[in-house]
Amino acid sequence: MVDRTPSGTRDVLPDEMSELRALMERVRAVFERAGYGEVYTPALEYERTFAREGTRVSSPYRLFDEHGNVLVLRSDMTVPIARMVGSRYPAAPTPLRFCYFAHAYHGVRPQRGQSRELLQAGVELIGAPGPEGTVEALTVLCDALDAAGLENFRVGVGDVMLYPSLLESLGVNAESRELILAELTTGDFVGVERELARLPLSDSDAELLLRVPRIRGGVEVLEGLDGPLQQAGAGMRTLLGLLEPRTAQRVIFDFGLMHNLGYYTGAIFQVYDPAYGVPLGSGGRYDDLLGDFGRPLPAVGFALDVERVHIALRAEERNRV
Amino acid sequence: MSESLAASGLRLAVPRGALFKDTLDLLDRLGIDTRPVRENDRKLLFAELGIITMRPSDVPTYVEAGAADLGITGKDVLMEQSERALYELADLGYGRCEMVVASEAGEDPGADALRRLGIVRIATKYPRIATQHFLSTGRQAEIVEVKGSVELAPLTGLADAIVDLTATGTTLRENNLVVRENIAVCTARLIANPVADKLKAQAIDALVSRIAS
Repeated sequence: MVDRTPSGTRDVLPDEMSELRALMERVRAVFERAGYGEVYTPALEYERTFAREGTRVSSPYRLFDEHGNVLVLRSDMTVPIARMVGSRYPAAPTPLRFCYFAHAYHGVRPQRGQSRELLQAGVELIGAPGPEGTVEALTVLCDALDAAGLENFRVGVGDVMLYPSLLESLGVNAESRELILAELTTGDFVGVERELARLPLSDSDAELLLRVPRIRGGVEVLEGLDGPLQQAGAGMRTLLGLLEPRTAQRVIFDFGLMHNLGYYTGAIFQVYDPAYGVPLGSGGRYDDLLGDFGRPLPAVGFALDVERVHIALRAEERNRV
Repeated sequence: MSESLAASGLRLAVPRGALFKDTLDLLDRLGIDTRPVRENDRKLLFAELGIITMRPSDVPTYVEAGAADLGITGKDVLMEQSERALYELADLGYGRCEMVVASEAGEDPGADALRRLGIVRIATKYPRIATQHFLSTGRQAEIVEVKGSVELAPLTGLADAIVDLTATGTTLRENNLVVRENIAVCTARLIANPVADKLKAQAIDALVSRIAS
């Protein structure tokens, strides 16, 4: 009989490990050059760190220590770093710049080849408000992906508040907003249309609400935005104007971008590569999270899934030959 | 003028089976010449057209992985595979069927089993839809998965009732089965890989708006 690893986990053998290590070294050089100091936090945290009001991040892995405390395996690195800043940097001058190469632990759906243990490479920029902080995070993100060796990646940029506030401004009640956002988060645009049809909206408002989440693409999608979209478009234009050309050429705007992590408050990112059908990483602004840990500071960060970046690199290589 | 999906950089997963003909008719209306697909029963990959053909239940697998940018399949398949990370872009309207609970005519053996045994045995090709339906209606059910000819199950005592897809009800009637509950109406849907939907937005939007018009 062969002893297996638990489902959703796996061994990494030397050939793969040396490629992953080389990839992470290239990314680490970018992070360090940009002034991000590497940190490591415990894989185990108290459950209350993740469960507190405002973070809305849950971990599927809970255990007891010998004193009966409930511990969790961290489901991301952003919350532990926010905790670390609150406790270890209570008065340090800002902005603070941290990077990490660490595992996060997620639940998996059976039979889908998903990982319980994700190797993440990311940064957190704390005390830098938007848009300048957002610009720095996007720049470091794109430079890291360049250094990783990806040629065709794109970064989708959206705003987590855009669609919810549009719904609210058009008088959609809280219950319907939740239903519509749930359909949007799962990518069911037929469901969005069905839910919108149930509401007493004018034809033009319904058309707008149906159209906005499908607005995605280059700078051309920011042309001619008016009415309730004017402000969102202007914000994205400002962001674009502050980006260096090498970063700006990687950005696509996405008015329908949603994120299922509860702590994001503004700009959000998602990383794509045409050679691989799943996003390689994500990030965004979380201006309220640090306040939960006693240091109310605006912040932004991202995390790359190192194994997915590696898969995309190989897929790009194979497409080239 | 003959168009091709491949020319716009798209690859579409087309379901063989019940939705095959209507899907090809739709593509013809969009100006995509599907004759090579119609004339070639055994070929699966039509690279020059940007079309691949497969079982309907495999369409979400290919699209989720990005092996196809777009796909067409039934809502029944999407409901059964609801955990997949896919975008559902359009209801294509054709291939209309209903997902139903059915059992032998006469006094409902399913209701009888629930009343006297507290649990009903359900045979189905759609275990997740069936499980979800009975769970959400507060009834205990033992779901027996079969791969085909579900109608046989209640006639042989394998199950008290079935959850299955029916278009006209003919197969049910021929087997002395009657519809007890309607779970959902299912039609053909256009689905997209989420990454392709971002990176090939213009080509996908152009196709969706031509389908809608």
